[in-house]
Amino acid sequence: MAVLVVADNDNLVLRDGTHKTVTAALKLSGDVDILVLGHGAKAVADAAAKISGVRKVLLADSDALGHGVAEAEADAVLALAGGYDAILVPATSGGKNFAPRVAAKLDVAPISEIVEVVSADTFVRPIYAGNALETVQSSDAKKVITVRPTAFAAAEEGGSAPVETVSGADAGKTRFVSEEMVKSDRPELAAAKIVVSGGRAMGSAEEFQRVIEPLADKLGAAVGASRAAVDAGYAPNDYQVGQTGKVVAPALYVAIGISGAIQHLAGMKDSKIIVAINKDSDAPIFQVADFGLVADYKTAIPELMDALAAAGK
Amino acid sequence: MKVLVPVKRVIDYNVKVRVKADQTGVDLANVKMSMNPFCEIAVEEAVRLKEKGVATEIVIVSIGPAQAQETIRTALAMGGDRGVLVTTDADPEPLAVAKLLAAVIAEEQPGLVLMGKQAIDGDNNAVGQMLSALLGWPQATYASAIEISGATAKVTREVDGGLQVLDVDLPAVITADLRLNEPRYASLPNIMKAKKKEIVSKTVADYGVDIAPRLKVLKVTEPAKRSAGIKVETAADLVSKLNTAGVL
Repeated sequence: MAVLVVADNDNLVLRDGTHKTVTAALKLSGDVDILVLGHGAKAVADAAAKISGVRKVLLADSDALGHGVAEAEADAVLALAGGYDAILVPATSGGKNFAPRVAAKLDVAPISEIVEVVSADTFVRPIYAGNALETVQSSDAKKVITVRPTAFAAAEEGGSAPVETVSGADAGKTRFVSEEMVKSDRPELAAAKIVVSGGRAMGSAEEFQRVIEPLADKLGAAVGASRAAVDAGYAPNDYQVGQTGKVVAPALYVAIGISGAIQHLAGMKDSKIIVAINKDSDAPIFQVADFGLVADYKTAIPELMDALAAAGK
Repeated sequence: MKVLVPVKRVIDYNVKVRVKADQTGVDLANVKMSMNPFCEIAVEEAVRLKEKGVATEIVIVSIGPAQAQETIRTALAMGGDRGVLVTTDADPEPLAVAKLLAAVIAEEQPGLVLMGKQAIDGDNNAVGQMLSALLGWPQATYASAIEISGATAKVTREVDGGLQVLDVDLPAVITADLRLNEPRYASLPNIMKAKKKEIVSKTVADYGVDIAPRLKVLKVTEPAKRSAGIKVETAADLVSKLNTAGVL
C-alpha cells in the first residue's frame, strides 16, 4: 500500500509534526510520500526530502495554499488521493481543518488524532478528553487519518528523496484576509522538551509574565496556560494546553497555579514528568504529578529560581 | 437569513467518565447528559445574530435518541425558534451525521450553519468540515469572532500560532471555538415558552441516508494510569529530584 503524508509547514520551515507523522506512516507501509502544501515552499520540500524512508516529495504551490485555506488544501490532496491507500495528516489546527473535507469527498470515515498504529486498518485514538482509548478498525478502502504528533517519535533525517512539483489549488469561495501570529523566541509549545504553564492563580497578565516567563527562559521552556488563564486574558489563546487547546507531551511539564481540571489534563497527562506547584494540597493536579510542591507560587518560584541557579542552571 | 444550528447531547463535561469493564465502551447509564459546550456557544452566537437583526429564524437540529429532544428544548429556551429531531438509537459517525445534516439542510435551505468545533465525547472535530465539503460550501472553523455583512462572513479563526481572518461567501458552515462568546443561561420564563415551540420528529429513514458505521470499535480501554508521585518539601528538593530524573 502507498501512504501520503501531508507536511506541517509555514511556507518556510518544515515542522517537527511531519517527522512524527512519517513515523506513523512507516508503520503502515514502506511506500511513503510527502506532500508539501504551500506558497514559495521549495525549501520546505527540500527539508522533507531529507527524512529517512521517504519515497518522494510532492510540492503543490499556490497562493491559496500559502494561507492555509481548507478548500484549497483539500482539493490539492484530493487531486493525488487516487494513488494512495492512506492519507496521514498531522493533527495540528491546519491539518484538522482540511483532513475531514478530504474524507467527506472520498466518502470515508476520518479517523481523528490516532496515538497508535495497531495494523494497517486498526488504530487507537483517545476519546472523552483522553479519559478512554478507543481501538477502531476501518472498513474503508482508503483511509484519512490525523496523527497526534506527541504520540510518535520523530523519523530520522538522512534520506534524499526526489522532489516533484504538482499542481496547486485555489480557495474557491473563501478569501484570506489577514493573520496575526503571536511572536515568540521560545520553543514551539507542541514540540518543546520543557513546558512551564500558569493558571488562574496568577491573577493578571502582568503577574503571568512576571512569574512564568523568567522561569520558562531559565529552563529553555515553552510557555503554556490553562483555559482559566487564557479566558481571563492572562495569556494568549494560542498558549492553551488541554482538550480544546494544544496537546503536549514534553519531558517535563511544570504546572503552576493550575488546579488540574479534566480538560487541562487531556492536554498534558502524557508528559514524561509532571511537576505541580499549588497552594491547595487537594488540587486534582497532584493526582497526576510526579513531584508536587504545596506552596504559594509567590514564594515557591523565587526559591525555585534560586535553587536552579545554585544547581548551575 | 435562516440560521441552522446542529446540537449534540453528550455526557456532561464535568463528569469523570468510567470505561466499562467489558471494554465495549464508556458507561453512560445514569450519567448526567448535557448539551455539548461548543454547541451552546454556536446557539448563543445564532441568538446574538438574531438580536442584531441578521438572522430571521433559528432552526435547531439534533440527531440522536429520543432524549435529545431535551437538548433541543434547551437550545429553544436560549432563543432558538423551532427544532428538528432526527431520532436514531445508533451512535452515528461524523460521516453519517454530516450526510444527515446535509439532507436536513437541503429541506431547510438556511443561509448559514453555525455549529461547535467538536463534541467532547468523540473528540473528532470533523462534522462541520465534512458537512461543508458535502454541501460544496465554504468553511470557517474554530471561529472566535464572526461579522456578517451582506452575502459574506468575516470570521476570525483560532489557529496554531495565533489568529487568522477569512472572508467566506454565504451560505457557509462556521464552527465555534471556546472564545466566540459566553453562552447565556435560559431563564425560567424562556424555558416555559420553549415548551410550546415546535419540534418536528424525523427518522433516519425519512432522509434515506446510509448510516452504517465504517469504523468498528474493537475495544475501549482506560489510559495507562500514572504511578503515584511524591510531594517534596522545598524548591531545592524539587530541583535535586528533577536533576536525578535527568529532565533539567
